[in-house]
Amino acid sequence: MRTDNTTLFAEGTVSTLRLIVYLALAVVLMVLDHRGNYLEILRRTGSAVVEPVYRLAALPADVARATRTAVVTQDQLAGENRQLREALLLAQARLNRLDTVVAQNERLKALLDAQKNLGLSVQFARLVDVDLDPFRHRVVVSLGSNQGIEVGQPVIDAHGIMGQVVEVLPSTAVAMLITDPTHAIPVVDERSGVRTIAYGSGAIDRLELPNVPISADIKVGDRLLTSGLGGRFPAGFPVGTVHSISNDQSGMFAAAMARPAAALDRSGEVLLLHDQPQPYGPPPAPPEEIGPPAGMALADPQPPAAPEAQP
Amino acid sequence: MNRLRVQGWLLVGSFVVAFLLQMMPLPQALLPYKPYWVGLVLVYWAIERPERVGLGFAFVAGLAGDVLAGELFGEQALRLVVLAFIVLRFRARLRFFPMWQQALAVLALLLNDRVVTLMVRGFSGEVMPSSVFWAAPVVGMAIWPFVFLLLDDLRLRLRGSE
Repeated sequence: MRTDNTTLFAEGTVSTLRLIVYLALAVVLMVLDHRGNYLEILRRTGSAVVEPVYRLAALPADVARATRTAVVTQDQLAGENRQLREALLLAQARLNRLDTVVAQNERLKALLDAQKNLGLSVQFARLVDVDLDPFRHRVVVSLGSNQGIEVGQPVIDAHGIMGQVVEVLPSTAVAMLITDPTHAIPVVDERSGVRTIAYGSGAIDRLELPNVPISADIKVGDRLLTSGLGGRFPAGFPVGTVHSISNDQSGMFAAAMARPAAALDRSGEVLLLHDQPQPYGPPPAPPEEIGPPAGMALADPQPPAAPEAQP
Repeated sequence: MNRLRVQGWLLVGSFVVAFLLQMMPLPQALLPYKPYWVGLVLVYWAIERPERVGLGFAFVAGLAGDVLAGELFGEQALRLVVLAFIVLRFRARLRFFPMWQQALAVLALLLNDRVVTLMVRGFSGEVMPSSVFWAAPVVGMAIWPFVFLLLDDLRLRLRGSE
C-alpha cells in the first residue's frame, strides 16, 4: 500500500511533464514521417519482424479456410466444380472471340506505328488476410521486392481493378484499394466514351464520380473502364458500374456513384500487373507530328474496339 | 526474481496477443466494430502494474503498433500515451470501481481515444471516417470485463504458482 501511495502522489507532478515530453515527441515523429516518409524505410529494415507477424495474424483465417475445405461435402465440391467449369467455358468462349479482336487491334496498331501494350504479364499473388485499419482501405499481398514487385503496380482480380501497390517489403506488399478515400483512378464510360475520374468513397462497395458535367452522357448501368490516362493503370480494365446519378449541391455537376467491379471484400487471389503500361510523357523517337496521335492511339482504340466486340 | 520474470512474460505476451488480435481479419461487415485490443490491454496493465507500464512503455508499444500498421509513425504512440496518462491519473479510483462503472470509464477512455485519432488524422489531411467509427468503443466497453477478468485470473494464477 505504501508504494501505491508514493506513486499516487508523485504521479501528479512527474507524469504531467513526462506526458508533455512524450506527446511532443510523438508529434515530432508524426510530422517528420508525414514530410519524409521514413516509416517505410524503418518498416523495410524491420521486415524480418513485420512480415512474420502478418503471417501469424493471418493464420487463424487460413486455418478456418482450410478446415472449411476439409469438411465441405462432396456434393458441395461437385457443385462448385460444375459452376467453375461453366464459368471457365464462358470465359474461354469470350477469350476466343477476343483473340480475333486482339489480332485485329495489333494489325491496326502496327499500321498506326503505336507500341504494343497488350502483352499482359502478371504475377499471381494471394492476399494475406490481415486488417491494418478498417477505415483505411489497404490489403497485404503475398509477394514483395524479392519477387520483383514495385510500387505503383496495378492489382486486379478476375472482375476488375482492385488497386495499386503503395509499399513493398521483401516478401509482402501493401496495396491501396480503389475505394480508399485518398485514391483516384481515371476512367472512361464504356458506352459513351466520356472520361472522368473515380474517387474512393471510404465504403468498400462504392466509388464516387463527383465532377461529371451535367451534359455528359453517363447513365445508370454504364460500365466504367480504366482510361489509361495518367499512365498508372493500363487502359480497358473494368473499374465499376454506375448505379446512381444525382446533382451535386452547386447544380453545376452531376455526382455519380459506382459499384466497384472487383470483389474487393471477397477476393483471396489477385494478379499483379507487371508492365507499367504506357511510357509516361511524349514518345521519344518521332518528333511532334506523330507524337500526339500515338498517345491518343494508346488510350482510344478501346472504345471503338469494344462496341465491335459487343454484338 | 522468477516471479517477476513470469509476470514480465505475461505482460509482453498479452501485448503480443493484443497486436495479433488487432490485425486479425474479420468478415468485412464486422471490421469497424473491432475493439481497440491494444488499448484495453494497456488500460489493464496501467491499472495493475503502473510501476512497469508507464508513459514510456505506452510510447514504445505505440511505436511498435505503428511499424506494424505502417501508416503514420507516432500516431498510435500518441494515442496510447494519452490513454495511459488518463488511466494513471485516475488509477486510484478506477481500481476500486465496481465492474460496470469501470466499463463505463473504459468507454469514456476509448471515446477519447477516438477523438485523439480523429484529430491526428484531421491534421495529417485524411478524410473523416464514417459514423461507424464511433461504434468500436462501445464494443470495447462490452468486452472490457472479460479482458479484465481473464488477465486478472492469469496474473493471480502465475503468482500463485510461484
